[in-house]
Amino acid sequence: MEILGNLGLGFGVALSPFNLFMCLVGVLLGTLIGVLPGVGPTATIAMLLPITFTLSPLGALIMLAGIYYGAQYGGSTTSILLKLPGEASSIVTCLDGYEMARQGRAGPALATAALGSFFAGCVATLLLAMFAPALSRLALEFGPAEYFSLMVFGLIAATVLAHGSLIKAIAMVVLGLLLGLVGTDRSSGMVRFGFNVFELSDGVGVVTVAMGMFGITEIISSLERQDERRVLTDKVRHLWPTREDVRRAWPSVLRGTAVGSVLGVLPGGGALLASFASYTLEKKVSAYRHEFGRGAIEGVAGPESANNAGAQTSFVPLLTLGIPANSVMALMFGAMMIQGIVPGPQVMTEKPQLFWGLIASMWIGNLMLVVLNLPLIGMWIKLLTVPYRLLYPAILLFMCIGVYSVSNQPFDALLMAFFGLLGYVCIKLDCEPAPAILGFILGPLVEENLRRAMVISRGDPTVLVQTPISAGFLIAAAMLLVIIALPNIRKKREEAFVES
Amino acid sequence: MMRIKSQRDFWAGVMFIAFGVFFAAVATTYPMGTLRRMGPGYFPTALGVLMALLGVVVLTRSLAKDGPKVAPLFLRPTLFVLAACLAFAYLLKPLGLVVATVVTIIVSAFGGPEFRWKEVAILAVMLAVGSVLAFVRALSLPFPIWPAFIG
Repeated sequence: MEILGNLGLGFGVALSPFNLFMCLVGVLLGTLIGVLPGVGPTATIAMLLPITFTLSPLGALIMLAGIYYGAQYGGSTTSILLKLPGEASSIVTCLDGYEMARQGRAGPALATAALGSFFAGCVATLLLAMFAPALSRLALEFGPAEYFSLMVFGLIAATVLAHGSLIKAIAMVVLGLLLGLVGTDRSSGMVRFGFNVFELSDGVGVVTVAMGMFGITEIISSLERQDERRVLTDKVRHLWPTREDVRRAWPSVLRGTAVGSVLGVLPGGGALLASFASYTLEKKVSAYRHEFGRGAIEGVAGPESANNAGAQTSFVPLLTLGIPANSVMALMFGAMMIQGIVPGPQVMTEKPQLFWGLIASMWIGNLMLVVLNLPLIGMWIKLLTVPYRLLYPAILLFMCIGVYSVSNQPFDALLMAFFGLLGYVCIKLDCEPAPAILGFILGPLVEENLRRAMVISRGDPTVLVQTPISAGFLIAAAMLLVIIALPNIRKKREEAFVES
Repeated sequence: MMRIKSQRDFWAGVMFIAFGVFFAAVATTYPMGTLRRMGPGYFPTALGVLMALLGVVVLTRSLAKDGPKVAPLFLRPTLFVLAACLAFAYLLKPLGLVVATVVTIIVSAFGGPEFRWKEVAILAVMLAVGSVLAFVRALSLPFPIWPAFIG
């Protein structure tokens, strides 16, 4: 019963008053920012990352994890009430959630989302605690060649999720890798792509890139849309689902949890893939499939459980392998590095308190989310009635303050503006920015592991296919590319995104 | 006669080629090393070349396959939002948080669909007070509150 001991250790740490407070602050702030229209979890975490710099490593991670769930929950709220998903992972919630809200059933939709997410979060946390140690032990055997191949696999897998063209997504990953190399080269000490700008010798901060490409880009795109948004606030009369709702929702919650937990672990997976897959599954197997798109509670319960389960289990590759699975995990990776922790299998053995404390706090965070948000729903709805023309200057101001506070240099805000413009142009050209941020985080690591692998093998590139694990990752990556490039599957993938 | 069938792909290809060539060209000025001992130039050069090649593929495809036109960039929000970022960054140290906040809010509000002076003024004042309380008082960020020449 090793797991009980570990979880006991974790809860011991996570239940300290300070850590509980951090969790509470994180969940509240995350929901507060995440509920703002057009601000998804990635932008929310980027905005709030600077305020965690001064905390202890565990406190910072607990708060950030809380921010993540909070932001995701906030995203579900805007999806249901406004048909305005903060990030792609809550797009499918719009379909039936908004429809339910229009029929005056916004309350049950919100409650189902919250309760389903809580259940899924509990299960996923338990799974994480069960499987992480084994995966960690496996990862400890990895050498540079294995790591290089794993990262290549992870980056390729991430492109599968991008909308549109696969080649463009890969090109965005490469752009990210290159941007990640800006700054002082770790092995030679030489400044690369610095152009004699002093501030660039430390490289570009992850907060700067993420806030630019997600935050600024999103503000500009929202201003361009200027569409009429009607908040369905007057429709939230009763909150609790009826007995009939519960009876219909729970099988979907179970299925969503299972789908989400599995898909979250995959590199490139996480909440987004989970919610899409769950909605597709529900539409196939539910007894009420004819009601989908017209306010079926299954269409909210399944994807919402799935995205929370996926959000939870997507911590697995980060904490055990040191590979971020999606853009949110890329920011968590950045946050750990800032705190002086190198994400990877050694975290569990060297810092068991941090590892298990974080996992225990995930469960606590999910509980807080339910306990706080159901009563506070009225407050979040009030926030939604504030017109966007008043909200975006405030959001922009907070981003400026956040990015400035990282290094107290005006240059970071200049870079943020640059990345905002770059992100906006990329979106206009149908190139999604999300793969770029993964490449950005992994750039220096990919290079370092490739270099070390080459030194060890004396310059023999076949080392990458000589060990079974490394070869396996590379073959998997190649197969993934071939599979997606097949015309049949490509059509399916495009349909999956168009449909929603 | 070549005809561009997919504008978005065409310009995306151009962008990738430009970035790829740029990074590769700069990287080749760094020591290359060998495969066994990679210098600082090795990996970025390879990535830059890869990116340019991907750009060529995207561009070539744009001549063959039909695709949507590039939607116009909306200049008004773009310019004012970016200008607001820069205003904050370069006004904070000389003029303090209060002035920087007010200017940032006003400039960014010009990027929106409609601009109402009264509303924006109230918002700016509220946020100036709020950010001083939250960021300087509560989170104790080392920001000056007032212009340097006042005090």
